[in-house]
Amino acid sequence: MGSRERTFQEGARVALANTQLRRNLGKATSTIRAKRARVVGELPDWEALREAGRAIKAHTLLHLDEYLVKLETSVIRAGGQVHWAEDAAEANRIVTELVQAAGAREVVKVKSLTTDEIKLNAALAQAGITVTETDLAELIIQLAGETSSHILVPAIHKNRAEIRAIFRQTIAKEQPLSDQPQDLAAAARAHLRRKFLSASVAISGANFAVAETGTVCVVESEGNGRMCLTLPQTLITVMGIEKVIPTFQDLEVFLQLLPRSSTGERMNPYTSLWTGVTPGDGPQTFHLVLLDNGRTHVLRDEIGRQTLQCIRCSACLNVCPVYARTGGHAYSSVYPGPIGAILTPQLANLERAETLPYASSLCGACYEVCPVKINIPEVLVHLRGQIVRHQGRTLSAEAAAMRWLARQFATRSRYERAQRLGRRAQWPVARHGVITRLPGMLAGWTATRDLLPLPKQTFREWWQQREGKP
Amino acid sequence: MRVTLFITCFNDTLFPETGIAMTHLLERLGCEVEFPLDQTCCGQMHYNTGYQREALPLIQHFVQVFQEAEVVVSPSASCVGMVREQYPRAAAQFGDVSLAAQVAALLPRVYELSEFLTDVLGVEEVGAYFPHRVTYHPTCHSLRGLHVGERPLRLLRAVRGIDLVELPDAVECCGFGGTFAVKNADTSQAMLADKVRAALETKAEIVCAADNSCLMHIGGALSRQRAGMRVLHLAEILAATEEGV
Repeated sequence: MGSRERTFQEGARVALANTQLRRNLGKATSTIRAKRARVVGELPDWEALREAGRAIKAHTLLHLDEYLVKLETSVIRAGGQVHWAEDAAEANRIVTELVQAAGAREVVKVKSLTTDEIKLNAALAQAGITVTETDLAELIIQLAGETSSHILVPAIHKNRAEIRAIFRQTIAKEQPLSDQPQDLAAAARAHLRRKFLSASVAISGANFAVAETGTVCVVESEGNGRMCLTLPQTLITVMGIEKVIPTFQDLEVFLQLLPRSSTGERMNPYTSLWTGVTPGDGPQTFHLVLLDNGRTHVLRDEIGRQTLQCIRCSACLNVCPVYARTGGHAYSSVYPGPIGAILTPQLANLERAETLPYASSLCGACYEVCPVKINIPEVLVHLRGQIVRHQGRTLSAEAAAMRWLARQFATRSRYERAQRLGRRAQWPVARHGVITRLPGMLAGWTATRDLLPLPKQTFREWWQQREGKP
Repeated sequence: MRVTLFITCFNDTLFPETGIAMTHLLERLGCEVEFPLDQTCCGQMHYNTGYQREALPLIQHFVQVFQEAEVVVSPSASCVGMVREQYPRAAAQFGDVSLAAQVAALLPRVYELSEFLTDVLGVEEVGAYFPHRVTYHPTCHSLRGLHVGERPLRLLRAVRGIDLVELPDAVECCGFGGTFAVKNADTSQAMLADKVRAALETKAEIVCAADNSCLMHIGGALSRQRAGMRVLHLAEILAATEEGV
């Protein structure tokens, strides 16, 4: 393990104390949750669609090598160029060089998690290139100098008043500005229009890329992505290798699953599809950067690999009782919430983020809504197993207690002895009838909850008494 | 019918009243009840916390104890969920082919209490009398693990004298999650605070569920707050009659 990073518990403690954040998150997640439930409920074949989505993704992942090569061939045939990046550093270097080769000093960006994952903006800034995020929420975050707290709505933790304050300090200094959504949007629009018209290079991620045709697809709500994808001369798309799908027809499934799961809409307002370059129309140079950055490692794990089926809809965040209270920053990752709790540690080969798989009560709400049926609780438990194995025989109080308990549970006689021992040993904490304070690891329980002492008679003692035998 | 109780280590040690109630209830419904004293723990806490190697002997032990049973019935949705979902995975994970076969043979005979009553015995009216205001919390493992759906509510609605009131945001997790409650105590408490707030809104006297683990969690906060509301397992309400349990 490298230098010590912030644990989930530490991040959560900060977030939980912020009552404004709790209100903002609670309101936003419950609204979007209800919208999703409504539009999903409309479709009689929703379960069949989920299964189709899962099956297409699972199949593609098992043949990823073939589909990626096919995608490369198709993109080149359509006039695009393809680059392969093993990790973040390589991807950042490729993109930086491409921007420099285009002679650009500023770029506009379509909302993209993958470029956040590799910290592309910082790499470009270091090379003296100015980056403008054009998704409204990404722009808010960028102007505030913060990081995203949600996959789909990065500024979910901010309310209107807070957004107004950020704009007043940055893009709307000289003008009156209310906290009405249309006024805030108008201020952003005025700022962004200038950027769209001046930037010669745009950078995007991809929701899907079709191996058969080389078509890349970006799904969005605002139309700012469409501006980036059509106005600049050069378009650079960075996509994780798991985003490839075999055929154009497969989009039929995902374009139904994604908007209903993410924004709770039947259809998203803007679906942009492009295939290489088209002379005289749109960007005349197109680069596709295919990013691994740990994904082939995830692919090796039979249980963990379903994580790569994710289409980044964020339905799991919105239903997660943990996320809804801590928000995204507690996860210290571009990928927060339940999907982040399984994706982040796997991408890092469990070298970091070891507290994330424990940031779940295993309530199962995420699995229930996942449009591609990723069994997140199954992967969480699987990763917990890897973490415990990874820690080996390290002496922790928890591991010692767990191993001791497992030995007591192994046979009836040891188990019954442990029950009797517990009853005797609890005297110091239980003598007043209710346990209000426990030591060590268990102190977290009694901080806000009482515990009843062990009763005088176990069930098995009652049973034996009733049966009249020892 | 001969019913073998899988009482769970948690209920055996901490909530004997639930097992006693279940015994009376099943006998009242004409079942012959047995309790193999060799049973210990299903291994859920170990397995789900990542101590999977430690859980394996417990899983093997469970299968040994129960493999001859006609039906196995448990008052814990989460322990039944462990057996149903994780046992096949554990057997596969450790490449134990004979365990996998034993698990596959045993699984169709393992039931959570409300499943057993409604699906196997085919009863909803179990002859219970419980004149109290009750709200029902559908635990995560009963709802999303076992998919028991309305079964516990159908049983509760048929109880004479009960004033059953709906719990707001009922399907939300209470924040227990086994070791989650101590490993992520702050987040767990935030979830629990909302659950308790919803429960208090109902002005019920009792919060009922199909799992004592979640009830211990909710009840622990109600007790700390001196809220004047208590928790009770489904089995104890269903076992109650005019004559007492």
